[in-house]
Amino acid sequence: MAWTEVIEPKSKLFDLKFKEAWHYRDLLTMWVKRDFTATYKQTILGPIWFFLQPLLMTIMFTIVFGKFAKLSTDGLPQVLFYLAGVTIWNYFSESFTKTANVFKDNASIFGKVYFPRIIMPLSIVTSNLVRFLIQFFLFIGFLCYYKFSGNPSVQPNLMILVTPFLLVIMAGFALGAGMIISSMTTKYRDLSFLLTFGVQLLMYATPVIYPINSLPEKYKIYVMANPIAPVVETFRYAYLGTGAFSWGSLFYSFGAMIVLLFVGIFIFNKVEKNFMDTV
Amino acid sequence: MSEVAIKVEQLSKLYALGQIGTGTISRDLERWYARIRGKEDPYAKIGQINDRTSKGSSDFVWSLRDINFEVQKGEVLGIIGKNGAGKSTLLKILSKITSPTTGKISIDGRIASLLEVGTGFHPEMTGRENIFMNGAILGMRKFEIQRKFDEIVDFAGVAAYIDTPVKRYSSGMYVRLAFAVAAFLEPEILIVDEVLAVGDAEFQKKCIGRMKDVSVNDGRTVLFVSHNMAAVKSLCTKGLVLKNGTFDFYGTQYQAVDHYQSSQLANASFMHEGELELAPGNQNIRMLRFIAKPLIGDSLSISSGVHFEVEFYNYKENINLDVTFELVNMDEVVVFHHGAFVCSNKDSKKAAYIVIGKLPPNLLNAGNYRFNIIFGENQRFGLYSKNDVIQFELTNESFGTNSKVLPGVVRPEIAYEIINL
Repeated sequence: MAWTEVIEPKSKLFDLKFKEAWHYRDLLTMWVKRDFTATYKQTILGPIWFFLQPLLMTIMFTIVFGKFAKLSTDGLPQVLFYLAGVTIWNYFSESFTKTANVFKDNASIFGKVYFPRIIMPLSIVTSNLVRFLIQFFLFIGFLCYYKFSGNPSVQPNLMILVTPFLLVIMAGFALGAGMIISSMTTKYRDLSFLLTFGVQLLMYATPVIYPINSLPEKYKIYVMANPIAPVVETFRYAYLGTGAFSWGSLFYSFGAMIVLLFVGIFIFNKVEKNFMDTV
Repeated sequence: MSEVAIKVEQLSKLYALGQIGTGTISRDLERWYARIRGKEDPYAKIGQINDRTSKGSSDFVWSLRDINFEVQKGEVLGIIGKNGAGKSTLLKILSKITSPTTGKISIDGRIASLLEVGTGFHPEMTGRENIFMNGAILGMRKFEIQRKFDEIVDFAGVAAYIDTPVKRYSSGMYVRLAFAVAAFLEPEILIVDEVLAVGDAEFQKKCIGRMKDVSVNDGRTVLFVSHNMAAVKSLCTKGLVLKNGTFDFYGTQYQAVDHYQSSQLANASFMHEGELELAPGNQNIRMLRFIAKPLIGDSLSISSGVHFEVEFYNYKENINLDVTFELVNMDEVVVFHHGAFVCSNKDSKKAAYIVIGKLPPNLLNAGNYRFNIIFGENQRFGLYSKNDVIQFELTNESFGTNSKVLPGVVRPEIAYEIINL
């Protein structure tokens, strides 16, 4: 007899159920849509928040790190430098934070109905991708302004073609790390307290507010060991023309992302079956 | 020859009791270490039968233990049992919300489960948006929902409000819409948990009708969990009774309901003979006798009234002792929960007491009833309680030419006044 489905205590390690997830693809698009409508339903400014958030962050960085601390920006206009960093970093940090809370935030739905749980993290990175694109246009606007007002240090180049690749790496990191954390928070709630702090710490360990070239040689290697660093540096190099870029470090990033993603999926798969008992 | 839709073999589920979180890392490591050595989970062994009335010594209980059954295609299986018998756990495992500890379930066909109606409904979104969202959560493709859309709206009867956010809906409309989405799913196997407890009588009828439709006309398999014995009898073709997480009975829906109801029944009177220390109770209270008899006449019927009486020995001195009676009918509805002070001036003695209560004639409807009893201090602290102390039946009496049992929890005598205008 051919069973459609067999429920057993343990699943195979990498039973990804792609076919099943594919069947639920409409659900993914609906979550993404709902994320947008629901988020801005009760706000006055509505979708303007998409622009305001990175702008405020950039202004804050410009004042604190640029004007007060006088950190180097590799000779680039400060606003543009920070905006570039914030735009690409936010994609990672927002996707990561939300994925990391996916079990906690959706406990009530997960407890009542089954659908491939992986849909949830996937819809998070997708909806943040849309958010990124909106913020990206804001960044492009600023870029054009500086470029056409004749700033010689702004040099966009052909590397902008790797942008999709950079986004894939960022999405992979957010998914992988997010799924690991979310799986562990179902049991050890302490982690969710550390999360906000951890993300902030990670931002300082990533060249978002400083260029990697401004670091003393002996520290550079430590920062470059952070696999997110090359992504941010490459992004800035592609659009602004300065930054530490090498294919080697980019592929290192990619490799690290693949490993993290697999570990994430593995743990997520293990936890999703029973998390309702512990959450 | 009929085919098997669901086959459950040796299904068990272990749950951790109490606080989760403290000491879990060390415990997890211990379990993990046992596993890599190929030994059994050290904490699984001490799991015990799920009997909530006695507090176990272990932190783990078997919410389900060694359940085996098969459901044929097109069958409607009613799953019955008391609260905590493991019904919901079984449904949760079947709908893949949690996984079993041991055992195996083989399923042939697409499953949709309705453990709650309206999962994923967002109050800010319109009825239309929510239909699509909810349908997608339940595993429907967009075009499937599109095709069923009119039927769903029609069944729910909310056509006029379909583009209004559901937060503006009345709770009845909300539930109707939610059930409608699920009712028009097209799974081969449908799992339903007590959703019929919501909505008005007319809608409940509609729901049962729809579920019958699904099983009889479309030949789909339905698993139905309910406390409503009438619904089980009218809707199901087979019944499974669970008790404390273990298998208790399997048979036709009538046999299963009978089995369940008779196992619920205790004796019509309770009388303790022998030593006081052996009577049911604890260091505070020992219960000696509990009876129910007619107030009028010599058999219990709806017009006889009920005289109920408890005799007990009290050990606690100088407290405000009280006793509360709880009457429960066959459908698990608490008819009343009512009590009195035995002593109210902090003057209780170490002695035997009798408390008598009288229910007037022509108040309760016919049927089987059970008494629970709770002894307490100051109506706040429980001293001792016992469920299902006695059971009794109130027989029916014909009303005019109608000799059937009339619906309703109560059947009072009402003096009507007729005004002819």
